[in-house]
Amino acid sequence: MSELLEAPAAGSVTAAPRNYEILPKPTDDGEVGGDLLEVAMGPHHPSTHGVFRMDVVLDGEQVVKLKPVFGYLHRNHEKIAENTTYLASMPYTDRLDYLCSMTNNWAYALSVERLTGLQPPERAEYIRVITAELTRLVNHTCLVGFLLQDMGALGTPLMYAFREREIILDLFESLTGSRMMCNYMRFGGCRVDLPVGWLDQARSALDGYEEFLETFQKFLTENEILVARSQGIGVLPPELAISASITGPMLRASGVNYDLRKVDKYGIYDRFDFRVPLGDHGDVYDRYMIRVLEMQESVKILRQALRDIPGGPIVDPKAKIRGFRPKAGEAYGRIECPKGELGFYLISDGSPNPYRYRVRPPSLINLTVLEDMCLGQTVADAVIILGSVDIVLGEVDR
Amino acid sequence: MLGEGIIKGMAETARNFFGSYHDADRMTTVQFPEDRIPAKENARNFPFLVFDGEDPAKGLRCVACQICEKECPPKCIYIVKDTVKKPDYIGKLQFQPRVFDIDVSVCMSCQICVEVCPFEAIKMDTDYEFGTADRFGGLLLNKQRLAKPNTYYRKIHATEAAEVDERLAAEKAKAEAKAKADAEAKARAAATAAAAKATPTPVVSPTAPAIAPAPAK
Amino acid sequence: METLDQIKSRIEGAFPGAALQIIPNESAAQQPSLVVDNASAFAVARWLRDDPALRLDYCSNVSGVDWLPAETTTKTKVKKLVNGVEQEVEEVTKTARPGYLEAVYHLYSMSLKHGPVILRLRTLDRAEQNQVPSLTPLWRGAEFQEREIYDLFGIRFDGHPDLRRILMWDGFVDHPMRKDYVEPDDYDYEPTPHDEVLEKAQKHQGTEVSA
Repeated sequence: MSELLEAPAAGSVTAAPRNYEILPKPTDDGEVGGDLLEVAMGPHHPSTHGVFRMDVVLDGEQVVKLKPVFGYLHRNHEKIAENTTYLASMPYTDRLDYLCSMTNNWAYALSVERLTGLQPPERAEYIRVITAELTRLVNHTCLVGFLLQDMGALGTPLMYAFREREIILDLFESLTGSRMMCNYMRFGGCRVDLPVGWLDQARSALDGYEEFLETFQKFLTENEILVARSQGIGVLPPELAISASITGPMLRASGVNYDLRKVDKYGIYDRFDFRVPLGDHGDVYDRYMIRVLEMQESVKILRQALRDIPGGPIVDPKAKIRGFRPKAGEAYGRIECPKGELGFYLISDGSPNPYRYRVRPPSLINLTVLEDMCLGQTVADAVIILGSVDIVLGEVDR
Repeated sequence: MLGEGIIKGMAETARNFFGSYHDADRMTTVQFPEDRIPAKENARNFPFLVFDGEDPAKGLRCVACQICEKECPPKCIYIVKDTVKKPDYIGKLQFQPRVFDIDVSVCMSCQICVEVCPFEAIKMDTDYEFGTADRFGGLLLNKQRLAKPNTYYRKIHATEAAEVDERLAAEKAKAEAKAKADAEAKARAAATAAAAKATPTPVVSPTAPAIAPAPAK
Repeated sequence: METLDQIKSRIEGAFPGAALQIIPNESAAQQPSLVVDNASAFAVARWLRDDPALRLDYCSNVSGVDWLPAETTTKTKVKKLVNGVEQEVEEVTKTARPGYLEAVYHLYSMSLKHGPVILRLRTLDRAEQNQVPSLTPLWRGAEFQEREIYDLFGIRFDGHPDLRRILMWDGFVDHPMRKDYVEPDDYDYEPTPHDEVLEKAQKHQGTEVSA
């Protein structure tokens, strides 16, 4: 690992690493040229997972240039948050990455807790871990479904993934009242306590999930179409991944051991026994595999958390719901959300509204290397490479 | 073997398809308008205003403090205070909202208004059938459409409503006891004053000055 | 990891010309930051990335901050002769701080698993001299984030390979995240207008719109 993490030499600053060189295509009469086709894939393209556009330049079927275009879902979330109170931004964070509202809530709550020094009680920390890991299951299951959809397995695997996701969403609904826009965490704890019998429901849902993961694996992991389509496609070397601030499963698929649950040990993640799966090749198949393995680790964490969860209060008694004004200062808090490092940078000037509120969106930053991964590949592969990055446009455009 | 994955996959699909005829676990959908999934107790959709008793005009718990209007993230609540005060559930004189509108086409069902309300006056409904042909007026709920009785609240969120009722009853009992004690003290003070007037040389009785201790909460 | 003071003194040893300043942070997070002057920012950042003890190879977050011109008042107690008697008198000094834009870099190390070191680059003012050096050649991950800051705050990053608008469309002129940004007056019908929306509605429709 260490030789891969070698920082570039001090002299080579201007050359940020790239994956492929673009070679001009020589024609028969010795001149440089040839017909290139520029295609705008999106914003209404089914493979772009939302309103995202890739301006692709093609030589035959090969991608020679790819520029991502953003902003179709831009609503200036940060400005909205700066014009409203700290608490009122919490439901807006649900809408960043709308598949994983629990982890978004947690990242924001964690940053405000860093800013104010609030400390969630034990039970709240356990509930946070449980909901966050359930969210990770939801996100990765959906991703695998979408990825297979992109590869041409139309519908069926995605529907199986959605069927399992529904069980977890039911758990979320009975806990928070909403399936996707949970708006559950609060500064210094959680909003409501677990309903009676929720833990048992969660345990039995988890049993079913493990079974589902096994079946899913049995059909997919060695499936020849998946293997043929994804191995060796969209390779991301680890040096480039680090330089481009890639985080989450994508980074770990390239073999860099960096998981904030282990590095920062935020919350109570140091109490759980789990491992961080690492990839070897950094291709689409590794990214798929990392997600499957991470789901298995999440199930492990959930088992431990559901076993150990203590009773007690769920909110720090110092937390206030009305008239919340943090002291002047700033804080950057980050967590390992299913897509990567989700961070919130807050500057307080002592007023009820944050002076500066910044979201560090993992989806957007993971797209930095999209062009590098797609160059030299075919259009059909560009689609699955984008699918393996795992973006949600609510977070990319904010 | 080439095609092995397809065969395996099709086998699983077939198992699910035929299983859906006799195994409830494999039948994951319901036929919506006829069959419905029962609402979860914590489910939330849009807010409504709780009133006590029979008459929404009298029993509305809302005192038009406008905290929810200020805290509402998408600013979909609009309140105008009334000019006259009316007694609330503990008999304290409070303002009432003259206008209370919620634009449910803007509302994002976040429940912040419920959390910040100090009077347990606004709660989340579970009703979701708001379809209308009138894009603006039909989705702008006024005070009359928002007001729903406490019995309805108890029906949709039983546990939560029971807690709220208990807390409110305790507050009410406390307020009533305090009012009673105040009235008694006032009556006694009046009596002693009258007695003082009647007799030119006031006799200090061992019980006066009697200030009734507030009863235990 | 070393404290920021130690890092600062080591940078001063390596770059005698660099003007550095530590910004303390009063919040519970205890994350102080380091302001670097624009001339030596790139060299300092490269040093932070390559120094074997720090190895800050991961640029996690780049945020823009807009600081409007402000006046800070400081009260100091001064001994003065008042009517021949020495007295302690409070003296109020007002210092006007010019407005500036700021790019804040949160740097971590993936190889040594420590951080953050927070680097702040400041523009000279909010209008013409709005350049800071781009750190994208050092950390590719800053590419989209610097573009976003250019788009929303209007900081020009010298040396950025592809400085275009990213979230707003190309024809857009203003920078919406600035504190003094004024929304364009494009009114849409709103069923429950109140506060500034009501004012806007009344301006557009005369007095028809009432409370």
